[in-house]
Amino acid sequence: MLIYDIIIVGGGLAGLMTALGTITDYKIAVFSKVHPLRSHSLAAQGGINAALGNVATGQEDNWEKHAFDTIKSSDYLADQDAVELMCQMGPEVVYQLENWGAPFSRTLEGKIAQRPFGGAGFPRTCYAADRTGHVLLHTLFERCIKHQVQFFSEWLVTQLVIKDNLVQGIIALDYLSNELKVFGARAVVFATGGYGRVYQNSTNALINTGSGISVAYRAGLPIKDLEFVQFHPTTLAGTNILITEGARGEGGFLINNQGERFMERYAPQRMELAPRDIVARSIATEIAAGRGFDNSSVHLDLRHLGPEKIIERLPGIRQICIEFAGIDPINQPIPIQPGQHYSMGGIATNLWGETHVSGFYSAGECACVSVHGANRLGGNSLLETLVFGKIIAHRLPLFLTERKELPDINYLDRALTTEQTRLQKILDRPGDLIYTQVRDQLRNILTNHVGIFRTGDLLKAALSSIKQLRIDYQRIALRNKDKFYNFELLNLLELEGMLDLGEIITCGALAREESRGSHARLDFTQRDDLHWLCHTIANYTPDGPQLHYQEVKITRYAPQERKY
Amino acid sequence: MHLKKENINDQQFTIKILRYNQRQNNEFYFSDYSILATPGMTILDALLHIQELQDPTLAFRYSCRGAVCGSCGILINGQANLACRVQLANLPSTNILLEPLPNLPIIKDLIVDMEPFWDAYRKIEPWLHTCVDSQNRENLISKKELEQFSLYTNCILCACCYAACPVIARDDQYLGPAALVKLYRFFRDPREQRDQQQSLLQLNNSQGLWGCDTVFRCRDSCPKEIRPTDVITALRRQFVSSGLIKFFQRIRGINKK
Repeated sequence: MLIYDIIIVGGGLAGLMTALGTITDYKIAVFSKVHPLRSHSLAAQGGINAALGNVATGQEDNWEKHAFDTIKSSDYLADQDAVELMCQMGPEVVYQLENWGAPFSRTLEGKIAQRPFGGAGFPRTCYAADRTGHVLLHTLFERCIKHQVQFFSEWLVTQLVIKDNLVQGIIALDYLSNELKVFGARAVVFATGGYGRVYQNSTNALINTGSGISVAYRAGLPIKDLEFVQFHPTTLAGTNILITEGARGEGGFLINNQGERFMERYAPQRMELAPRDIVARSIATEIAAGRGFDNSSVHLDLRHLGPEKIIERLPGIRQICIEFAGIDPINQPIPIQPGQHYSMGGIATNLWGETHVSGFYSAGECACVSVHGANRLGGNSLLETLVFGKIIAHRLPLFLTERKELPDINYLDRALTTEQTRLQKILDRPGDLIYTQVRDQLRNILTNHVGIFRTGDLLKAALSSIKQLRIDYQRIALRNKDKFYNFELLNLLELEGMLDLGEIITCGALAREESRGSHARLDFTQRDDLHWLCHTIANYTPDGPQLHYQEVKITRYAPQERKY
Repeated sequence: MHLKKENINDQQFTIKILRYNQRQNNEFYFSDYSILATPGMTILDALLHIQELQDPTLAFRYSCRGAVCGSCGILINGQANLACRVQLANLPSTNILLEPLPNLPIIKDLIVDMEPFWDAYRKIEPWLHTCVDSQNRENLISKKELEQFSLYTNCILCACCYAACPVIARDDQYLGPAALVKLYRFFRDPREQRDQQQSLLQLNNSQGLWGCDTVFRCRDSCPKEIRPTDVITALRRQFVSSGLIKFFQRIRGINKK
């Protein structure tokens, strides 16, 4: 059995940042269900926030203002100590990536360029055209090659092994050798990304099933604030491919079928650059009121920016529009609609990335620190991955010096046998359904009943449908019994976790009788700080998630009404 | 939901796919699938549809479905491209042939072993070489300097160019277009501190600088329009001109003696 000091699961920005911070002192391995360069981090377009004050209109900016914007955008649900830490470290991690080779766009003076973004008081979002995630991921991967980080690509981690509240290792399925294998580790870091594909209309990569979150949940880890789901206002109508907030940051307008810049009705000051939850709801409201196009979209109009600006700042967006919608934004408005985009919730951690289990850490979208609260500020997700990936790398040595004992090999072997039996049962199981039937229903339920606007009745209906799907799941049989690159098997294994996540999201949303950030209840339209200024914590039980609540850490920003 | 090109509503396509399984009798064969195309349907959509509803044994890679991650490079009617970026409606016929990328060993169906490609990538030391690791401030780079290399940072390492390269087909030790583009990206970066002449000297052979036939297959197959051939020509020019400078310096040195 291979034993490592640290096993990192997930090869996106958070995982690679942790790897780079620990590689020189420890024996580490990175597991990923795809080659690390195919991770969803690379799809981030618009940029990363850091209060550098590099542009003339941003010179008054500082990390405290960044923290305030983040907290206000979170609708006061973010833990303020964690937000402050993240915003303080913003410049440091951006400089670090620049020093490592990231080709950020530049100002006339040659500094890192910054653009305005939704909900931000200053142009604070550092960018590399509209391919920021791509260049950051390639930069980190390049450093991993330099330091010879060991990768296990195309391995699906199916179990986190814990004994007496101490992490022991993982069990993973190798796509190639067609076997489950167990690996011991003194510490395990989950940086496994979000669950966007639980929804039908997601901007996320097809691989984003949230499997890491559900594996942790099944292993007994508490899951925090999962009912807070970000819907991005501007996704390409139909395919839901992301159209960056940077398009509005650069001056794009949102237009309804009456030719109005309708954001005037909803956020008269910030207009198109209000936070995402507000803009997404505004678009949904316009479409519902019959002021959309084809009853499904509104227009994002960039034409007035001119060809030069579009080609320089938004080349990727232009390419997406040409390739996937057959339109050129230089000449035509882009049909857009809101789509699921990001998970504010995830595996509960403290501000050091530590969880309830000793030696188990989590960072990035799969984690909930919480720095995003009820609604993430655009440009803060890349920042979160780098900052908390780095923080975990700093914290791990403290833990590893204390933890002397190696993982319990006999215990791990027994866990492997149990997992092998479970897998064999799934392979042998008779049934009359195929996995897509259950998966597609789940996605429809989440999209239509647990979407931008929610009501108690819709959520109750969703919950009972998901419970039925759990029963249906047991009736799914595999048509393909081969374990060699068997995508049907992989999809089926992940589907169980998707059902878990759908259930946690729905339960949390049903219980939370208020509207806060991305969670908008038509039957409880106000924020209710008296009862609901608290984090939802969900724990696994065989009968469904058990919820309890935890207080929000307030440092110096008292909750106030959120207006833009 | 409304979508783009409406010109192929419900048209029947026949998709022929080359099949292979490293683990089972090592035979090549073709499977034909019939599919009703919906507006906007991409090759990747069609493959997923086949895998989900017709043949769960079919294997292919995918991730972003938005032409940014580089997972789904395959041959579409003989042309290397990303499956997610080609719409059925834009193809000339309703008969479509799909094969795995050439120049790489096939593992299963459309999945190839990318290791030779990554090996070439690693060989050029694809990271920024600097003396200081991190200095907690930014380097100043002018827009003009950035323009010298930013196009080459767009490469998504999908290996379409590698698969289209006729040189690799006859010499699998040739680095190939993507690795040389990556090298050039660092050469043109003002932050880079590696000894460029030394690096070029190591590539002064047919597996490095001199392998390219300049037939532009890589340029034609690049989904990001990067033009690797231009890069290879520029690297050759840099090597030759710096070699000439050295040559003259040496002559001057001899004359002084």
